[in-house]
Amino acid sequence: MGRPGGSKTPGERVSEIVDKTQSSQAWNSIFRPGSVFRKGYTDSPRNRSYVIMNSVLYHLHPVKVKRHAVKVSYTLCLGGLSFFLFILLTITGIFLMFFYRPTAAQAWNDIYTLQTSVTFGLLVRNMHRWAAHLMVLSVFLHMARVFYHGAYKPPREFNWVIGVILLTLTLLLSFTGYLLPWDQLALWAVTVGTNMMGYTPVFGDQVRFVLLGGKEIGTDTLLRWYVLHVLFVPFVTVIFLAIHFWRVRKDGGISGPL
Amino acid sequence: MTEIPEHLRKRAEAARAKAAEKAAAGGGEEAATPAEPSGEAAASSGEAGKIPAHLLERSKSARARKAEGEAAPAAAPAAAASGGGLATAVADAAPPPTATGPGGHTQRLLTVVKAGSIQDVKATPVDKVHTWPHLLAVEFVAALVVTAFTLIFSIFVNAPLLELANLNETPNPSKAPWYFLGLQELLTMFHPMVAGVTIPGMGIFLLILAPYVDRNPSNKPEDRKFAVSLFTVQLMFWAVLVIIGSFFRGPGFNFIAPWTQGLFFEL
Repeated sequence: MGRPGGSKTPGERVSEIVDKTQSSQAWNSIFRPGSVFRKGYTDSPRNRSYVIMNSVLYHLHPVKVKRHAVKVSYTLCLGGLSFFLFILLTITGIFLMFFYRPTAAQAWNDIYTLQTSVTFGLLVRNMHRWAAHLMVLSVFLHMARVFYHGAYKPPREFNWVIGVILLTLTLLLSFTGYLLPWDQLALWAVTVGTNMMGYTPVFGDQVRFVLLGGKEIGTDTLLRWYVLHVLFVPFVTVIFLAIHFWRVRKDGGISGPL
Repeated sequence: MTEIPEHLRKRAEAARAKAAEKAAAGGGEEAATPAEPSGEAAASSGEAGKIPAHLLERSKSARARKAEGEAAPAAAPAAAASGGGLATAVADAAPPPTATGPGGHTQRLLTVVKAGSIQDVKATPVDKVHTWPHLLAVEFVAALVVTAFTLIFSIFVNAPLLELANLNETPNPSKAPWYFLGLQELLTMFHPMVAGVTIPGMGIFLLILAPYVDRNPSNKPEDRKFAVSLFTVQLMFWAVLVIIGSFFRGPGFNFIAPWTQGLFFEL
């Protein structure tokens, strides 16, 4: 191949490199048969099945889904987007954790420094905040969508229950994160919220004490809510998400056409 | 509802097209074939098209045999009296060439049973498509759109960061996060225990109970007007409370008009 002089065009060079990479043992050990990144992938029914069956996506999706289930007008992608926002929040949240110390003396200054001196710090904090509000909204809308389609009816009753639990977990995630900037907005929003929970009958005072880590909001509250926000509630949420997704498939995929 | 799978539908269409092609090509030949059988069968050419020739022949021979049997009624009773078994055996043995089909078949079509009237098909075929690319492509685009939206929104709108928290200085008004403002709004009407614990607790409890209380098996909107209207009223109730709490409450959590006194709302 190539021109008579033996020199190759850049295009030929690139395709040669691609060819060599795709034939290497390392490449083929990463991408399993049927992967779109494998050499000579063709669009055939068998390969379409392999893309799912031979990849980690098989944990989330079956090889085939009902035709009506891929209509955007049916689901509006709300459940999937809620999960995607959860992932986006995890990524931006891990970034924020590098610059934040949950003590009353340092928290606000850390956020301020993050916004003014850290590259993309302000942008990532903004994304974390807006994505959080968006997630609360999308989870709410997802619930409404499921209700209006009657998708909670047998055999999906229990998955609806898990969904309600996930809704409250979403609210908890958002609310625990609300305190962390340790500004006037955070402090007093949480004061209002925890005062309300303090009116729980019988154990009102105990509930408030456990939530605040003391008699009133302080640095102990901040540490407590930080651990709840970055570790405890996400951990519980992931478990319920796994059950939620698993049940969607076990209960026969998403609900049928109306 | 069962829809025919795409690949089966395509196969059937292809077969139908092929058959039509064949019919168009061999039309001349087929017109000639009905004339082949002997005189009488060919005469009723309209029927010959529907009823196979060998069946016509068989019925004709049966009719002939019946006529024969009527012609010799005297002989038969006598034979029956001497030994019925023998008589029938003889009768069966005698006309084999006329009672059988052209291939020597002796079976008859008794009835036609439609599929499904006896056998119950359990696995009804469902119209399905491959997850890749049909679903994954949609999900990927949706994720991209949301990421782009969040990114662009974050470039132009900053998250609020007010001054350092100060326990000795209560801002006026103090508001909860927006999704709790409905509850804070209820706080103005009820005892804190009712507004902050009982009502939201009951709300979550009723949501969990919904699939067990709603026994209506249909998921069609026209069949579940009560459930849909109840839920809609509920949603509107909360939405209105949240909107009032967010935009129409000012200092001292008193009513304000946001277009004259401004917004007292931070996200």
